[in-house]
Amino acid sequence: MPLEPPLGLDIVDHIQQTRDSYAQLGYDSYRWAHEPESAAFVRPAKPLAEATVALVASGGVYQAGQVAFHHKDDTSYRRIPTDVATADLRTSHFAYDMTDARVDPNVVFPIDALRAMVDAGTIGSLTTHALTFMGGIYSQRRLTEELIPELSKEIAAMEPDVVLLVPV
Amino acid sequence: MSSSWSITASANPPRAAFLDYPLGHTAGQPNELAQQIEIATAALQLVETATEPGQIHVLPHQWPTPWKAKARELSDKRSERFDTPQYERADDERAAAAT
Repeated sequence: MPLEPPLGLDIVDHIQQTRDSYAQLGYDSYRWAHEPESAAFVRPAKPLAEATVALVASGGVYQAGQVAFHHKDDTSYRRIPTDVATADLRTSHFAYDMTDARVDPNVVFPIDALRAMVDAGTIGSLTTHALTFMGGIYSQRRLTEELIPELSKEIAAMEPDVVLLVPV
Repeated sequence: MSSSWSITASANPPRAAFLDYPLGHTAGQPNELAQQIEIATAALQLVETATEPGQIHVLPHQWPTPWKAKARELSDKRSERFDTPQYERADDERAAAAT
């Protein structure tokens, strides 16, 4: 069974909410990904202060000049240089309220925080690029066969010590 | 990082930091860099401090205004799904065409 929230934490249960919402709309129930076993637990080879960190975010962030995401199971991704000007970051996503992300893209793509952490010595460095895509890809087959292998290849080529995943 | 307990618990990553904020703010509030740094730092420190896989660390931050009642309303909040690029700004489309 998935881990239950601790007592006293009043979560908004997005899986149950989607079930209820689909039932109300008369749609078939969406089958969420469920992994009974956690992914491999790798202990760090070096301290965080020396680690290279890769940022991977699903909030539909693109850089001005890049093609934006489309909203029908778009399995493409964007490579965003980690020295990008924050003012050049944009968002395109069909399933969350982007009002705040368009005021400050750091709410779904914490690049300024990570750069400040490099400057402060909390982390060692960032990979040359961050990777972004648009979540809400309903086809798990397309996700696992198309997007994940490409992202994995890109991440491996940059040789980070740590990958920070920022879903929306 | 996560702002959705149930989805993260179901996907079961080796380490997770849960921030109880409305969707679209997984990394903090807008224009609050100090807070964004706190959150990213807390998430990344799990690389060193987590002792077993599949745990979800709850961050202490609270969204400043009530939001859960609205988030729990059963309405389809998604926008129409076009299969053409959806630019934030018209200029972006021209810039993308030029490169």
